[in-house]
Amino acid sequence: MKQLSKDPINLIVSGVGGQGNVMVSLVVGNALVSEGYFITVGETYGASQRGGSVMSHVKISARKQYSPLIPEGQADIILGMEPVETLRMLKQFGNSRVITIVNPRPIHAIDITGGGGGYPDMEQLLSWIKDLSAKTYVVAATEEAQNMGNPILANMILIGALVQSALLPIEESSIEKVIKQMFPKDVVVNTKALKKGMELAGHQAG
Amino acid sequence: MATIDIDAPGTSQLFIGNEAIARGALEAGVGFASAYPGTPSSEIIGSLAEIAKQKNIYVEWSVNEKVALEAATAASYAGIRALAAMKMNGLNVASDFLATVILSGIGKKGLVLMVGDDPAAHSSSNEEDSRAIAKWFDIPLLEPGDFQEAKDMMKWLYDLSEEIGSICILRSVTRVAHARGNVKLGEIPKVDHKARFENILDPKNTLPTSIMTIPSSLRHAFQHMKLDKAREKFESSSFNKYVGPERPDLLIVTCGSGWLYSQDAVNALKIENGVGILKLGTLWPLPEKLVKSCLSRTDKVLFIEETDPFLEGAIMEYSASMSPESRRNIYYGKHTRHLNAFGELTPDAVIKAITTILNIKYETREADYAKKLEAVPQGYTMERMLTFCAGCPHRASYWAIKNALRMDGRDGFVTGDIGCYSMALGPAGFFQNRTHQCMGAGTGLANGFGQLWRFGFDQPVIAVAGDSTFYHSIVPALINGVHNKANFVLVIFDNSATAMTGFQPHPGTELTAMGEPAAPISMENICKAIGARVEVCDPFDLKKTTDTLLDLLEQKSGTRVAIMRRPCELVRGKKEKHPYKMKILQDKCLGEDCGCNRLCTRIFRCPALVWDPGIGKTRIDEVICNECGVCADICPEEAIIKEAVLV
Repeated sequence: MKQLSKDPINLIVSGVGGQGNVMVSLVVGNALVSEGYFITVGETYGASQRGGSVMSHVKISARKQYSPLIPEGQADIILGMEPVETLRMLKQFGNSRVITIVNPRPIHAIDITGGGGGYPDMEQLLSWIKDLSAKTYVVAATEEAQNMGNPILANMILIGALVQSALLPIEESSIEKVIKQMFPKDVVVNTKALKKGMELAGHQAG
Repeated sequence: MATIDIDAPGTSQLFIGNEAIARGALEAGVGFASAYPGTPSSEIIGSLAEIAKQKNIYVEWSVNEKVALEAATAASYAGIRALAAMKMNGLNVASDFLATVILSGIGKKGLVLMVGDDPAAHSSSNEEDSRAIAKWFDIPLLEPGDFQEAKDMMKWLYDLSEEIGSICILRSVTRVAHARGNVKLGEIPKVDHKARFENILDPKNTLPTSIMTIPSSLRHAFQHMKLDKAREKFESSSFNKYVGPERPDLLIVTCGSGWLYSQDAVNALKIENGVGILKLGTLWPLPEKLVKSCLSRTDKVLFIEETDPFLEGAIMEYSASMSPESRRNIYYGKHTRHLNAFGELTPDAVIKAITTILNIKYETREADYAKKLEAVPQGYTMERMLTFCAGCPHRASYWAIKNALRMDGRDGFVTGDIGCYSMALGPAGFFQNRTHQCMGAGTGLANGFGQLWRFGFDQPVIAVAGDSTFYHSIVPALINGVHNKANFVLVIFDNSATAMTGFQPHPGTELTAMGEPAAPISMENICKAIGARVEVCDPFDLKKTTDTLLDLLEQKSGTRVAIMRRPCELVRGKKEKHPYKMKILQDKCLGEDCGCNRLCTRIFRCPALVWDPGIGKTRIDEVICNECGVCADICPEEAIIKEAVLV
């Protein structure tokens, strides 16, 4: 276990119900607990299971158990599985230090699929996200996952990007161990997705 | 990720609060566990069911919470440590038995009732605070402040239950039950469960009391003696702790989720030297001496708890019997509006209450960053309305209900119930549900509407209910309707699962909680036996379903039933794939020029149908689409087709 630059480190995983938000926080959380850290995860689910905005708050500490929710303006890392949801998290939890990883694949809301306000322009949306983040990794996770044959792999690609960013004290090997425990039938494809995510984020290092 | 029976004492695991509670029950040697699913409590029985066979324990999903509690009580009578679990609404269902089992007492082995409360009603139709029932019915109640305590308290409650001879309650809230944290494991004992109910007239009888509630006043007195005994133990319980200076400027009294929020706030504000926290875990009866000694060492007290001012009220009562100095304490909390007596606690609400009382300046973020945020256009973060999943049978059922009621033309309406289909209050189900209360309420209300013809009422009424709800609480209302000739149509959404809470089996499915085969209890046979006309529909066949509903509505008398039978898409999708993909023929879709007024994206609103303003037509989001094929039947131009794929 390493000493943390800041304790706790506050990570928010955001997306739309059904994308696999809970799974991402579970993989990251389990990997960190196995390395000896205190992890607290607060999640929104239940009625917001499908189609609603969902988020997981993950607090990582070398010292103690923290509460499951992050106060306003106190996120250190935002892992956004969907761009509008990423911006929503920045508005509530962002600050000048926050580092953002965003998957630029939109999921339309039903009032927007109905032609209501329309989904915001992607370039504009990403420029707001970058403007509100100290550093932004844009990782085309869903697109890559579809190339690999299953859009759900976007989750593991984003976890790969998180590992590569070195924002958390998390080793590739401990994620691989968790993959073996959680997805024993799909180890190869998940490990491939993890490495893909690391590669994509690696291109944006610096 | 470990299952809750992992044999690794001393290691730390990442468990949600409910898994920690289940682990605590295992470490206590529980042999019997029963429940009806309900968020945030379902994972307790869910995780025990997974390992029940290996651990030689019995686990069941009961038909409702009252039966779950009664069944667990029987196990206690026969010498088996038992657990019943439910959400707070389930406690209402079980309360009739609960109110009397405290008089009759339990068996030789411990009985714990676990109740999951849902402040902010994340997945509930109300946000009641179960702690009130402890005071109301005279039951010892504990509440964990973190994940470790969730396990440890559960285990300890069995010792307490046996020592005082009373059922005990473990109450937990969503932000503990459904949050994840570290749990250090203990040993799971090997228990050789032997069940026997001993005749109370047998001189060898070892039950502490006979199992009845009379004479009630005397037994009520016994229960008060049991509470006194519990209070004595609570005075020195390690579940209650004080952290902070000897004489704090402000004393925070908290429990449950408030414990971690309070610590975080005090740390973040760097006020550890001036603020003390009294964290209580044994909430009823309260450890009076401990509380009074803390109250006597401060002038200001702030209560932080979810949801009602439970500690606030009980502890302010104590102060009336204290020394004149202590009586001068200033109390802050919900009665002073420093916190709300509704909704859930948040770290920000706790920080705000503390900083207001102590007059401390706190900024959530830098001023220039806040300014930047103000410039973000509002429309960029639109609200996401909840909706049915792509391919959900409920969307198709409600499409048929909407059209049948429209064609019937007598201003009919739907009385709603609790489940995924509650979303039919909004656009997901075309605003068809007009009432929303508790499980079974829609059918009960329809019983009333169905008698009002004699006062000029002429609107048709459709009551809706899920399949699990049917067994849980619809059957008595249906009997009432048929017997009294109430005029309504009951629509049962039979999607082969208790979908909203995580696909638990119910009496109509083919497996028990432990994965044993079960004979499904046919809902149509029940309805027929009661004497109702019953029709079974496939909601994906929109035309036939609409025609059937119209026919049932036209009958205009008696209680009729339509069963919408289609498995939940999340259950089906795990087993099989449809042999086609949905496709939009772009040359056939007329977009804005079609007379349909964008029926598919504006009204039907499946999340997989996306209006593309660039091309002025609809397209399919292939990541979201589950290929149910229903949209192909609603497009007037037949522009949406099922395209065969090789599987």
